[in-house]
This record gives sequence, structure tokens and C-alpha cells, in this order.
Amino acid sequence: MLKMLNDKDRVFKNLYNDQGSDLKSSMKRGDWLDTKDIILKGKDWIINEVKDSELRGRGGAGFPTGLKWSFAPKEVGNKPHYLVINADESEPGTCKDRDILRFEPQKLIEGCLIASYAVNANKCYIYIRGEYFNEGQNLQKAIDEAYDKNLIGRNACGTNWDLDIYIHYGAGAYICGEETALLESIEGKKGQPRLKPPFPALIGLYGCPTIINNVETVAVIPTILRRGAKWFKSLGKPNNTGTKIFCISGNVNNPCNVEEEMGIPLKTLIEEHAGGVVGGWENLKAAIPGGSSMPLLPKEVCETINMDFDSLVEQKSGLGTAGIVVINKDQDIIKCFARIARFYKHESCGQCTPCREGAGWMWRILERMAKGEASKDEVDMLLDVTKQIAGHTICAFGEGSAWPVQGLLRHFKKEIEERNNFNPLVNRDRDLPYLVDQHKLDK
Amino acid sequence: MSLKKISKNQPEKFEFSHENIKSADQIIKNYPDGKKQSAVMALLYLAQRQNNNWIPLSALKFIAKYLNMPYVKVYEVATFYSMYNLSPVGDKFIQVCTTTPCMIRGAYKLVEACKEKISKDQNKISDSGKCSWIEVECLGACVNAPVVQINEDYFEDLNKEKMCSIIDKIEMNEQPKPGSYRGRTNSEPENTRKTLMDVKNA
Repeated sequence: MLKMLNDKDRVFKNLYNDQGSDLKSSMKRGDWLDTKDIILKGKDWIINEVKDSELRGRGGAGFPTGLKWSFAPKEVGNKPHYLVINADESEPGTCKDRDILRFEPQKLIEGCLIASYAVNANKCYIYIRGEYFNEGQNLQKAIDEAYDKNLIGRNACGTNWDLDIYIHYGAGAYICGEETALLESIEGKKGQPRLKPPFPALIGLYGCPTIINNVETVAVIPTILRRGAKWFKSLGKPNNTGTKIFCISGNVNNPCNVEEEMGIPLKTLIEEHAGGVVGGWENLKAAIPGGSSMPLLPKEVCETINMDFDSLVEQKSGLGTAGIVVINKDQDIIKCFARIARFYKHESCGQCTPCREGAGWMWRILERMAKGEASKDEVDMLLDVTKQIAGHTICAFGEGSAWPVQGLLRHFKKEIEERNNFNPLVNRDRDLPYLVDQHKLDK
Repeated sequence: MSLKKISKNQPEKFEFSHENIKSADQIIKNYPDGKKQSAVMALLYLAQRQNNNWIPLSALKFIAKYLNMPYVKVYEVATFYSMYNLSPVGDKFIQVCTTTPCMIRGAYKLVEACKEKISKDQNKISDSGKCSWIEVECLGACVNAPVVQINEDYFEDLNKEKMCSIIDKIEMNEQPKPGSYRGRTNSEPENTRKTLMDVKNA
């Protein structure tokens, strides 16, 4: 058996709520210990320490957190700065932030205080997806407790720093997890992403400098600063440091959330923590490593892959949110991806045509492919369409909806072709004015 | 994009209750001066709760006036986000997640249960008037799949039989218990937990 992360190196010790999430229990676990001392070490020290820890954002893109913070203007000009926490967790396969909001809210609040101090913000908005109403109520309770003890509010923790935290509920739009759509949503508009640049660090919420971080990213900050960047770096591997909450769902015997070291083999996660694949390891068909947007990995790759940003990019996939969806041979893989395509069709905000039209197009053709009703040349055409969506939209939703389909075609094209063996009666070159057959141009 | 059906039967007048006026003013204070519009999403929720879980057009007009913004901007927000119901739903609004992680663990069996016990079609209120159901996209509780949200509560680790018993309870005016229906603690691995054992046993 491989070595598992030692319990004393876990950041989220109350992941399963064995001890209660109230302030008193949280403090027993070490939250809010010497927060004042950390803050008094100064903004530069905090940002440098976070940079030094090589912490990468846990929301999906994996952007270095310290670097992001350093983009905020050093001095506050005539516009206030804002800190916004992205708790709009809606990526299929991901449910880690929910457990932080429910069971470790004080870690998040303490992280908010440190982060807002580092980026000069006196106001922090936490954007929670509307479905997480109970989780939001729990967080509000935790915020109220923190106000009572003056851990936040005026002169928070006796540091002379003022911080107010507000919760803003979303209302069932996946796209609001995109940072600029999220800002639009807080401003009371429909959540459609903005063009970048300007980047939110300079022109964000209400046109003011805004730093946006994922819940998990901010919640690990206090522990990093308390135990030191060196400790954090000793876990995982260079450029992929620290621990991460993995969500293992799908066809496993014991689906679960578990915090583990970065770079842990996928097979260990599935076999040791999630009780193995339903029907045994040989019954594994494929796994999605990081939420539905990330291209799937076939069984051969699952045997050896390590779960960190760089190893997964090498396999043309990504760590994303570390929401692992295991799919076994009892499932129809084409149907699974048709359902994912339907998700993207439903959630497209409708701003850019390639995504608005393409997402529905991919869904419809995948449904036909699942039934074996598509013709041979449509398989290539599907790949063309994904390429015309990815990279041609304002936000990364285009990639998010196209990549899973590209991954499916990369690894299971043969299976699709076997099922869709049908040749159209009239075999001629298509000359559709609105659709360029990219694969023909490439030849 | 979700397509919204707006109810044909619309009440003529809508006003916030006394309490909701107070809550609304409190929410507006969360945002900077002159940025009242930010409160529109929260106010739509208040209206939805006050009006039996759906928002009539008169409420959109009321909120537009209240926040001093054009009616169409409120309409735009109310139709963009999927959680605002613009037609009546059951007192207990059952939302079945059928996205892939739930689907491969049998979410469509739960849909079957809803079809048999509530109504053949989505969004159609049951004969007793107590509930209606709808298929939704990922609810974000994938390790507890399949999941159903009923009003604010999550019901986890379900199967068809347990779904049926939940609906029966609702029909008998009982409150079904939220959480895992296989009796496990939150999102821990059910039989193979190997981490944080000393806190578990503490």
C-alpha cells in the first residue's frame, strides 16, 4: 500500500464534520490562532510567503495565487478594492467547496481576512450558488460568530484593519462561476462574461480593483502562513505543491471527498479511498479527472497517472477542480458524454454564437451517436465543430464544452465509428456555406 | 439557456410584506451607495418565498420600482437564472439532478419514481397539489449521488424505493428527513474510511 497523507498534515480536519463547525470547535482545531501576528508581518511578507508556497488556485485554472494577489494595485487610489470569493461550485463531479462552507467556515473567513488585508480590500463578497442555501445559512452563522468576537468587522483581530463580509446568492447559473460573469451577477445583471482585458485585478466589481479566489484556495491560506511555505512545499511536488480535496464520484464502491497530497496516483485514490471501481478495476472504462470540462482518461492512462496539474496536462487533460468521475464498463460512454453535452447546452449563457449554437449541436449529434443513428462522416464533422467552438468564445466555457467531446473522440473514436457505421445513400462532398470542413482544409 | 414559461394566471398586485421590506432594506445596505441594483437577485428570492415559491410579473414590477431600475432589467435577471420560478410550483418543489455523475448512479430511476407518483410531466403539480418535480443540472453533491433537492434541503444517496417513500411522506404531510439515505456521515467513504480516524473516534 502506498503512503497516505499523514493526518497531522491535513488542512481540513473537519471535512466530515466529526467535531462541529461552530467557532469554539474551529478554534480548538487551531483556527484564528495568532492571526494578528500573521497580519502584523505585513502585506509583502504575506504575498511573498504565498508565492513561495507555490499555491495554485483550486478553482480549476490553477493560476498561482500569490502572483494573482500581486496584480492588485499596491496603493488604494480613488476606488476601493474588493475581494470576491467564488463559491459558485457547479462543475459536474465537484463538491469540495460545499463541505468547506458547511464544516470549515472559519477557515474560509480567516482566509478572507488575510487575503483582503494583502490586497487592500475592506469589503469581501462571497458568491454562493443559490442551491447551497443551507450551506450559505451556515456560513452566515459563522460570519456572525466571527463579528461577535471581533475577528472581523472594525479593527478585526486588533489589527486596525476593517473587513466586512457579505454573502451574495446566485440562482442556478453555472456560467457565474466564470469570474467576470460572477462580477456581473453581483452587480445585479444577467451573468454574461466580460471581455478581458481589462482584467478584474484592475477593473472588476463596480469598476474597482477586484481579486477573485476560489473557496478552497482562500481556506488553505491561514494554514500555509501558520505552518510556513516550506511545510506546504514539502507536500506534493515542485510547481504542484500542497494538499487538495479530491471528490471521487461515479461508479466506485464508496464515493467520497478526501484530502490528499498533490500528485497522488489516481489508482490509489480510487482503490484506497473510494473502495475501488464497481465490478473491480478491470471493469474500469474511463475516468474524468477534474470536473466534466476536463477530457477523460482511458483505463490505460488511469493505471499510472498522478493527480497534479502538470502530469494531467501531459495527458492532454487537466486537474481542473479535482472532481473525479469514474465510469465503468456497465455504462454507455457515448451516452455519458451526450448528457455532459446537454449540461453545457443548458448552461451556455448565449452571448457568443459558437457556444450558444455549438453546445446544442454537440448534444444533439451525441444523442444520435449514442443511438447509432449518425453517419460515418459526422464523426469527423463533430471534431470540426468542437474546434470551431474552443478558442472562439469570450470565456473558457467554449473550451469547457468542447474538450470533453474532443477527449471522447480522442480515445473512443473507434467505438463511436463501430456503432455509427451507416453510410449515407448519396455520397458526395458537402458544400454547406456556413460550415467549413476544417479537416479537409487541414489536408 | 433555460427556457422559461411565464404563468398565464397572474395576480394583479404584489407588495412586499412588512418583514420583507425590512429584509430588503437590510440587503440593499450590503452594497455600496448607488449600487442598489446589486440587490435584485436577493429581492427576487424574497418575492419567491413570500409568494408560495413562484414570482408573478407584478412582483418584478414592484422590485423594479423598489430598486429604481427599468422593469426589463429585472425581467432579464428573472428569466436568465434558472432558480426563479415564473409559474406556480408545488409546495414541495422536487428537483432531481440527472447530470452524468448522478445519471450513472441511477438518477433516471428517481425520475421514474417522480413520473409514477407525482405527474407524468415536469412542472405539473400533483393531483393533491402538494408537489411538482423537475430535472435539473448538477446540484454539486456528486459524491452523494444520486441527489434530489426539495425546496432548500438535499436528499442524498437515494434509490427509487427511497425516493418513493419520500414522496409518500410529503403526500401524507410529513417532513422527510434530509441528508444521506444510506446513513453515512456527510461525504466520508462509507466503509473504507482511512483518514482522520482519531477525530472520528474521539
